[in-house]
Amino acid sequence: MASEHPRANLQPLTLHVPEPRFRPGDAVDFATVDVPPAGSARRPDTAEPARDFTELAYTMVRVLDEDGQAVGPWDPKLSPDALRKMLRNMALLRAFDERMFRAQRQGKTSFYMKATGEEAVAVAAAQALDFEDMCFPSYRQQGLLISRGYPLVEMMNQIYSNRGDKLQGKQLPIMYSARDYGFFSISGNLTTQYPQAVGWAMASAAKGDTRIAAVWCGEGSTAEGDFHSACTFASVYRAPVIFNVVNNQWAISSFSGFAGAEATTFAARAIGYGIAGLRVDGNDALAVYAATLWAAERARTNAGPTLIEHFTYRAEGHSTSDDPSQYRSAGEPTAWPLGDPIARLKQHLIAIGEWDDERHAAQDRELAEYVKAEQKEAEKNGILGHGLHQPLDTLFDGVFEEMPWHLREQQAQMMAEEEASGRPWARKS
Amino acid sequence: MNMIQAINSALDVCMGRDPDVLVMGEDVGYFGGVFRATAGLQAKYGKTRVFDTPITETGIMGVAIGMGAYGLRPVPEIQFADYIYPALDQLVSEAARLRYRSAGEFIAPITIRSPYGGGIFGGQTHSQSPEGIFTHVSGMKTVIPSTPYDAKGLLIAAIEDNDPVLFLEPKRIYNGPFNGYWDRPAENWSKHAAGDVPTGYYRVDLGKAAIVRPGEALTILAYGTMVHVCAAVIAEHGIDAEIVDLRTLVPLDIETIEASVKKTGRCMIVHEATRTSGFGAELSALVQERCFYHLEAPIERVTGFDTPYPHSLEWAYFPGPVRIGQALKKIMKDA
Repeated sequence: MASEHPRANLQPLTLHVPEPRFRPGDAVDFATVDVPPAGSARRPDTAEPARDFTELAYTMVRVLDEDGQAVGPWDPKLSPDALRKMLRNMALLRAFDERMFRAQRQGKTSFYMKATGEEAVAVAAAQALDFEDMCFPSYRQQGLLISRGYPLVEMMNQIYSNRGDKLQGKQLPIMYSARDYGFFSISGNLTTQYPQAVGWAMASAAKGDTRIAAVWCGEGSTAEGDFHSACTFASVYRAPVIFNVVNNQWAISSFSGFAGAEATTFAARAIGYGIAGLRVDGNDALAVYAATLWAAERARTNAGPTLIEHFTYRAEGHSTSDDPSQYRSAGEPTAWPLGDPIARLKQHLIAIGEWDDERHAAQDRELAEYVKAEQKEAEKNGILGHGLHQPLDTLFDGVFEEMPWHLREQQAQMMAEEEASGRPWARKS
Repeated sequence: MNMIQAINSALDVCMGRDPDVLVMGEDVGYFGGVFRATAGLQAKYGKTRVFDTPITETGIMGVAIGMGAYGLRPVPEIQFADYIYPALDQLVSEAARLRYRSAGEFIAPITIRSPYGGGIFGGQTHSQSPEGIFTHVSGMKTVIPSTPYDAKGLLIAAIEDNDPVLFLEPKRIYNGPFNGYWDRPAENWSKHAAGDVPTGYYRVDLGKAAIVRPGEALTILAYGTMVHVCAAVIAEHGIDAEIVDLRTLVPLDIETIEASVKKTGRCMIVHEATRTSGFGAELSALVQERCFYHLEAPIERVTGFDTPYPHSLEWAYFPGPVRIGQALKKIMKDA
């Protein structure tokens, strides 16, 4: 068909489909990852308007240098006790992850997700926030619960869906909810917690409260519409909220390029909304702590929301259902230029003469024993692998505050089925 | 009062009684809403309790959930029910399940108000009836009033309810009841008993249907605008039908439905929404399961068609007196 408007001398258009730099079998060289020197990023006053420090969305706030020294304006100057507490919580999180990952492999539960390599993101933030602040986590912030002193047994009860599980076996393992510890119920739908955190923060502000909200999502899910709705709301009402984007490079098997990382940084998302944006070395616990504290102060003084990109690396699979060797080079985790967050904080404590290898090894042994003992306690309440532990009729609890007739009828039907089948499931007394 | 005024009064009463109730949505603040349902509330209760929002329905819904989780009782408005779809995930996956998934640790005591339904030449995006989508979702309630009196009492009950409630307002009867004839003058609520709305507090409990016209010949199950169209049609045909206004679709008043159908032996279901998998299908199944041996004729469904809502042809789409009249003749054939 001849066109009235011939375009024969135009170049054909091409579609760009991003591709990660390394695939299985490739040698890894992260030389192109720009790692600015520790201490080089300026620290604005928290009252400064966001538009005055947009460069912080493109550089990287780093405190710990190559020698393990804390340098520059973002050094939070924490006491040795506070540093050791942070180190211990990160090591405890890693020990917990190891143990629960193994429990899944042993068939004791259906599913688990580790935070290996990104322990600083949740643990350091938890230490910088007030206990009363509300956290809206995604599924890899178990470090918040561990840092806030939530009992490991309760976490394990949830993972095992056993009779001690406070969520009555209704949620996938690791989808915790702990209101008294300022930990919002986790959703499997990505980034839905973003506008919810803004709503919580707006409610706190509307009531003249002093508590703020903090929320986490992965870099991949910044593509979700809810992320952008939340940024708009937070900007419009200057909500006292901290947006954390955990850029761990991989959203299951999709690299960060599929969320737009080739074109800009995730911290720079803040600029278009007029929100403060910080890009932080996510494997530097002191940088994460300092950035969170700074953002919390902005929120608490009505200076508005902050978006923090935590530049980190997911050292292991997305979950127990994932095999990263199928899509990325095996060399990536060890070649990651920002190192291991636990090793770096340990190095710092040793460098300032407040820690040593022997104490660290002893702590690791103690934590492993502690987690093991807690696991033993939790398993007294049963494991998912041994069948169902919840009273059967609780299946209908909590759909509504009061059970309507159609649910009562269905509940009665289910109990009659159980009667007929002779299954040994417990009833709610 | 007309229905708009009754809704405004319900919001006013709830905000006056409970400082945790707040109203939010596109244009609801200074301007008072495109239908004026929130007029005067911002001036009375201030900008932190009645405020305009960005145009992002998923944001409105997510923010309302977070406010509810904090302990407030937000009443978000979605300007037209057709725009609930961008908020679908927040409603379905979050609000409706928050209590269940957190075993009661967090709840979403929110009431989503939204004008719905056709008959105003609103085209595809200002006319839809989405209730069937939400009655399919576990964990949320769906309420649809048909009179100013019910609108106020039901809205107060919805705001006081600790579960998420979708409160759909039939905008065709905001100003007065409607006989189904687009070319005949419409009535005004001031001439109707249900327009006599008390200014103070009262509740119409959720989950209770109303027999708006008792009768013996057949049972008509309807809600919203259709209650009035059905009343006009049976008057025209001289049929002694019992009209049951469902008022709440979830939870449904099955006892009233069952008693009525067993009494009359015939059942006709009328709604504006598209037919396939509509709420009428659920009603039909329930009546068949519970009243089969009392039925003297097959259950009749009168609904909108399975097409997008048309603009200039909307009166061909709308389940009006002709379609309802034909169904009446069919179901009464052997009477």
